[in-house]
Amino acid sequence: MNNFMQMIFGRLQLTEAFPREPVTAFAAVGMIMTGFLVIGALTYFKKWRWLWKEWLTTTNHKRIGVMYLAVAGIMLVRGLADALMMRTQQATSVGSAHGIVSTDTFQQVFSAHGTIMIFFVAMGFMFGLINLILPLQIGSRDVAFPFMNATSFWLFTGGMILVNVSLMLGGFSSAGWLAYPPLSESQYSPGVGVDYWIWSLQIAGIGSLLSGVNFLVTILKMRCPGMTLMKMPMFVWSVFGAMTLVVFAFPILTATLAMLALDRTFGTHFFTSGGGGNAMMYVNLIWAWGHPEVYILVLPAFGVFSEVVATFSRKRLFGYTSMVVAIWLIVLLSFTVWLHHFFTMGAGADVNAVFGIATMLISIPTGVKIFNWLFTMYRGRIRFTSPMIWFLGFVFLFTLGGVAGVLMAVPAIDFQVHNSLFLVAHFHTMIISGVLFGYFAGLTYWFPKVFGFRLSEKIGRYAAWCWIVGFVVAFTPLYILGLMGATRRLDHYSASLGWQPLFIVAGIGVGIICVGVGLQVLQLLVSIILRARQGKPLNDPWDGRTLEWATTSPPPVYNFAIIPTVTSRDEFWEQKQTKRRPAKPMYQPIMLPKNTPAGLLIGMLAMAAAFGFVWHMWWLVVIGALSAIIVLIAQSARDEQETELSVETIARIEAGEKYA
Amino acid sequence: MNNEALILHEQTVHTKTNFGFWLYVMTDCILFASLFATYAALRGNTADGPSGQTLFDLPYVLAETLVLLTSSFTCGLAILATNRQHKTQAISWFAVTMVLGLSFLALEVNEFAHLAQIGAGWQRSGFLSAYFTLVGTHGLHIVVGLVWMTIMLYQLLQRGFTAGVRRRLSLLSIFWHFLDVIWIFIFSIVYLLGVLPS
Amino acid sequence: MSRVSHTSKPLEQHSSGTLSLYLSGFIMSVVLTLAAYLAVTTHVASTGVLIAIVAMLATVQFLVQLFYFLHIGSGRNARWKIIALLSALSVVFIVVGGSLWIMYNLNYHMTPSDIHKYLNEQGGGI
Repeated sequence: MNNFMQMIFGRLQLTEAFPREPVTAFAAVGMIMTGFLVIGALTYFKKWRWLWKEWLTTTNHKRIGVMYLAVAGIMLVRGLADALMMRTQQATSVGSAHGIVSTDTFQQVFSAHGTIMIFFVAMGFMFGLINLILPLQIGSRDVAFPFMNATSFWLFTGGMILVNVSLMLGGFSSAGWLAYPPLSESQYSPGVGVDYWIWSLQIAGIGSLLSGVNFLVTILKMRCPGMTLMKMPMFVWSVFGAMTLVVFAFPILTATLAMLALDRTFGTHFFTSGGGGNAMMYVNLIWAWGHPEVYILVLPAFGVFSEVVATFSRKRLFGYTSMVVAIWLIVLLSFTVWLHHFFTMGAGADVNAVFGIATMLISIPTGVKIFNWLFTMYRGRIRFTSPMIWFLGFVFLFTLGGVAGVLMAVPAIDFQVHNSLFLVAHFHTMIISGVLFGYFAGLTYWFPKVFGFRLSEKIGRYAAWCWIVGFVVAFTPLYILGLMGATRRLDHYSASLGWQPLFIVAGIGVGIICVGVGLQVLQLLVSIILRARQGKPLNDPWDGRTLEWATTSPPPVYNFAIIPTVTSRDEFWEQKQTKRRPAKPMYQPIMLPKNTPAGLLIGMLAMAAAFGFVWHMWWLVVIGALSAIIVLIAQSARDEQETELSVETIARIEAGEKYA
Repeated sequence: MNNEALILHEQTVHTKTNFGFWLYVMTDCILFASLFATYAALRGNTADGPSGQTLFDLPYVLAETLVLLTSSFTCGLAILATNRQHKTQAISWFAVTMVLGLSFLALEVNEFAHLAQIGAGWQRSGFLSAYFTLVGTHGLHIVVGLVWMTIMLYQLLQRGFTAGVRRRLSLLSIFWHFLDVIWIFIFSIVYLLGVLPS
Repeated sequence: MSRVSHTSKPLEQHSSGTLSLYLSGFIMSVVLTLAAYLAVTTHVASTGVLIAIVAMLATVQFLVQLFYFLHIGSGRNARWKIIALLSALSVVFIVVGGSLWIMYNLNYHMTPSDIHKYLNEQGGGI
């Protein structure tokens, strides 16, 4: 009997797996209760059919984009909760006091924080915005492979669910967001935490890779007639660069995670501290992926800023060609700097110097971009909407944080500040003021297009200021602490160091940021409740320049009844200036991709297989993986994956008689 | 949709799918490159165990190589038959390709089993972990290719040369040729260079 | 939606291959394989030179199969496929080459000096 139970449950023992520590247990119970609440609400309001038909089985890029944003938003709350815990711990755990969580829990908190923020918040916002806007900006009806698009989303969500399940069952990794060996090997992390980390990233990573291929083919093969590459909006160029990075960097992550999994599960010796393993190889490979990853995150954010600054300066983007060149220089150079993440691991001065110089070089194209945005603003007729406030916060903070990065590009200096809070402050400056502010600006800017009503500008401006001020208050102390010698990931320190006041100020800063997030939530709720007051949805609420503003808000399911023909950059702006009247439309039938549950099934089966791997439930691994493959084969073999929309239906949708 | 629009639609689908699949193959190149890099880094880490010099049986590997190479050739012949819509020829050549592919796999599995049996399994050292994973990942891709070929043969028999079947066969041929390209490097870097004194 | 009708003529070419292309590619690949194999098994030169020979033969066979089997440069998407391939190869060179340089350097610097001494005495060394 015992043997049988072991075969079914692997190394899972339900009584042992549930968290014991109060904070964690409370969070786990909270998550479970929220889950029940959501299921209860769906049942009470009889929304299951709607959910299935409109969201779970959709292959439409706009719906998928919204789902990505929803997941990213929820994970932002989880990541911020982790941040709050860390700030509280570090503000209170001094001398004889030991803060609010145990050491091991603290390790899990910062590991979860980093993993969630990078892989599920930042990537989620990015893929969400790209999904929503890319096809519209190139005058296309959808992405190249709609079914694969859905599958990518569900793989992403499967990974997200796995990370959150770890909180309730078995605990997450304590080895940091990158799980360096030998600590992450089974000898020093014998539990399930690192395995959860490996497999949620592996699944989400496959999803990202497929999206990379999807968006590249979309950009290269589905632009509307007349839209040459040099007429594309800058956001599209930035996505082109970022997806190129995805396609070339993510396979490195896949390989490296697989090798770590082999070490942990089958006793191989890739990165172990004995048997011929070389832990330094892991660090090398993971950063060969990791550095391009941060440029993957930031390039589309830069693309958003290009759109926002041009629109709200009522001027075309300055230096279009140099912006394009800058993107590709960044793409190329981001593959040549990865060693700067481990200057201190022991390479010689020659190697360190080469990578240090490359690192300094990569700041140049970024600088070009910043100057171009400022030159766009110069002599423009500027409207200080909330997207512009996000942008201005970005310019100021990103420049300062970037300069800190150039400082650390000098290996000798890096030896002093590597893995200190100075480093932590630097990369948070980059990610928050660059990536996050960029995606917040994009969300606000494109919200009316997606949902048909505008977000409250007033609350939005307050939220932006809270984030900017809160960020400064939270992270300036960390820059100072880093220079004073404070290392990262400390859960306790001696009172004699005099660090506590600075940590308290940092804690206040995160509090201000939380107020900002609260305002963003409020903004959403207020805007939803009061949306009827805005009257008929405007196609073009901001007086925009690019093609997405030529559609209704929200766009019909097919985006464009007639595929536009483009003759210049900022085509929509030019059309408005010359008041070109489009010819009387002659509709043709439109093919639309059908709904399918296959994407959802593949994602969830992959997640089940991954769960099985974590707990050594081998039957689940085999059944989950095989079923996912069978679903994939069945879906791919289907010859009828599209339905046809008749000319009559299109005419009715365009006339506003029918909603699509 | 009239026939003309249908043909145009199918051409568009084929163009996108062809390019998308090529991009996927590029990502697979990066994956193998990472495994090659790891193999190169761990090549000397034999942990007082056997090295490539003692383990690799070059004549055996040459046989494997020629079998796989021939299968790549017969796959090309199968595609030629597909273009001409000669059903029997296409099925025959794909079947031959599959037999050769299975033979390659059998040879490789036999080699792996032998190594494991003499105590040179993938747990023995970093070198062997890297070797088994690099060559084994290629082997796994071969398995995927063979499963795909089986399914395509079934579809060919059931549906004939529909646009979808022909499109998927052309993707499969790209995949199969790509696997032989990767093997060129495994043969050269792992086996040929592996027996040389370092 | 109606199915595509089966005509006796092919609707379009799905590959740019011909029998002679595949045959020449196959024969060249066999020759290149045997050449590399024989070079190594007969130890026709010193190790360093052999490495160069094998690398060159592999590269040539790679290009042969790329052109004769994969028909790179012809057919649909030709231009972008070449661009994608060249980009991928650049990344491979940078990442693999860079990793080898880095790991060699790290292994050297992170080996204790008495181990260096021991290895050199044994005739090996990093």
